[in-house]
Amino acid sequence: MFDPETLIRKGLPKGHFKDRIVRTLLSGVTYSIVLIAALLFGKIVVDGAPVLFKAEAPFVDLEFLTAKNETLHVFDDEKGNRYQLPASQYSAYVVKNGAEAIFNEQTYSYSGGGIIGPIAGTALLTIGSMMLALFFGVSAAIYLSEYAKQSPFIHAVRLAILNLAGIPSIVFGLFGFSVFVLIVPVITQDPSDRSILTIPLMISDYVISFQGWSSSLMAGCATLACMILPVIITASEESLRAVPQGFRDASLAMGATRWQTIRKCVLPFSLPGILTSSLLAITRVAGETAPIMFTAAVAAKDDLPWEGVDGPLDVLSSQVQALPYHIYTLAARIPNSEYTQRAQYGSVFVFLVLVAILSLGSVILRSKLRSKLKW
Amino acid sequence: MKTAIQIKNLNFAYSGKQVLHDVTMDITARQVTAFIGPSGCGKSTLIRCINRINDRIPGAEVTGGSVEVHSIDINRKDIDLQELRRRIGMVFQKYNPFPKSIYENVAFSSRLAGLTKRAELDEIVENALKSSALWEEVKDRLHASAFGLSGGQQQRLCIARAIANQPEILLMDEPCAALDPLATLKIEELISELKKQYTIVIVTHNMSQATRCSDMTAFMYLGKLIEYGPTMDVFERPQDPQTEAYVTGTFG
Repeated sequence: MFDPETLIRKGLPKGHFKDRIVRTLLSGVTYSIVLIAALLFGKIVVDGAPVLFKAEAPFVDLEFLTAKNETLHVFDDEKGNRYQLPASQYSAYVVKNGAEAIFNEQTYSYSGGGIIGPIAGTALLTIGSMMLALFFGVSAAIYLSEYAKQSPFIHAVRLAILNLAGIPSIVFGLFGFSVFVLIVPVITQDPSDRSILTIPLMISDYVISFQGWSSSLMAGCATLACMILPVIITASEESLRAVPQGFRDASLAMGATRWQTIRKCVLPFSLPGILTSSLLAITRVAGETAPIMFTAAVAAKDDLPWEGVDGPLDVLSSQVQALPYHIYTLAARIPNSEYTQRAQYGSVFVFLVLVAILSLGSVILRSKLRSKLKW
Repeated sequence: MKTAIQIKNLNFAYSGKQVLHDVTMDITARQVTAFIGPSGCGKSTLIRCINRINDRIPGAEVTGGSVEVHSIDINRKDIDLQELRRRIGMVFQKYNPFPKSIYENVAFSSRLAGLTKRAELDEIVENALKSSALWEEVKDRLHASAFGLSGGQQQRLCIARAIANQPEILLMDEPCAALDPLATLKIEELISELKKQYTIVIVTHNMSQATRCSDMTAFMYLGKLIEYGPTMDVFERPQDPQTEAYVTGTFG
């Protein structure tokens, strides 16, 4: 016989304490992660923000963003006033007041001036590698999702591409060094001594020389592009597959060729997805140190990438400074002191802000496009 | 009566699995021919063989027999597939306008053919929309997104898009499956209007739809053509017991 009174419990609900304990534990773990993130960002903001922001207009230390990186000279004048001047201003001071007016001089590498060089270098590396990676990645994704027969071999290819994503970035750096820096062919009139193989071209005295691009912007871009290719390919293939089959059917049924169908009915509708996923890859490209330290980056450089060059090819074949490498240099290669902290904290803060802007941009763009393109 | 499509002993397989067995039928020009039968009987496969849209599916192949359109075997190696599909339009079960404007949807095939003159495009779009009885409803918002239309309107837009190509033959694969009865009625009215100009082949699950708008009906079962004849005969005096069972609703 069913007794309705049994529906009313006596005492606490079943498992009351267990539930509470589990709940407390899980929330504790979650919030401790948030706490770690907050501490990390908080520390960088507290240390770095004062470098970049100022109390008076224009509120941002433009010099730090737009000046070149220089050695910092710290010295006293005869009255005991302490000066901190970047190398260029220091030499002007010396010319004006004479070397005998300098007392207790100390120099700190990389600590004076601003970081326009690393910012420009990172921008160029990012743009170049994204262009390369998008071209190769989207092409491969189109082949994999639109043309290739879904055979075991293609699945193996896809798996290989996915695995590429798990390779540590330092390995990509070494790969880039051994391939792009040392081996890839160039067309030149005077091959270098370390050329592995030269093939005469029969046009005046040009030869194809397998001597690599040496450490240069283009070697860095190619290495970074290799690193993010799996991300781009996977994201692009997903976006391509998300385009309904019906669009392809409709287009083919109207007499479009396969390529016309892809160009007009598949790519345009998957492009927003491809681009937003690629924005996430940008933050990775901009942030990696290991792939560029052997292939493109240089710690100190007087000229900006576009200064003192003969043309675009010259820009591509010269080394650049880069923000993550600059931060590595500031952290590992110079002694830490009160005079170096401005450059150290400031660089990290600027870097973090840049990456945050890119991430935020991709999140906003993604949600906007998602609501716009629905089927 | 002119024959538009001749299907001769057609056998068709998906990755070795035979789905059509020796289908033979003649489809008359400027008439509506309906394919009926339970799910999985091969009627969609058969209609998709007529414009070779099955080519896209890996492993799908004709394993015997032929489909001839105006006496040309469309599975010949040297067929111009794009031209074939231009001559044979298709409307799908799930309406599938592109996420573009109404105008651009209808102008799609003309643009593919390289037409860029605004005046000519305008005329093609207007005529196609008028033929599909959509013009009055959309003429003031031609450049609005096609996704703003109701389901029935989107399907009529797909019909407009198909006939903007000025095809000979129009294939309709369950065009009303995703529509409500009122939208279905409109499409059926449209079909009886369109058959004056086009040879129409329609796959349908809805037997009353077949009786309402088709001249000829083919009943298929398990990949075989069981019975084919004038619609009235198939429904009222079926020759085959299987057909009778299906059209009277005893099975299927």
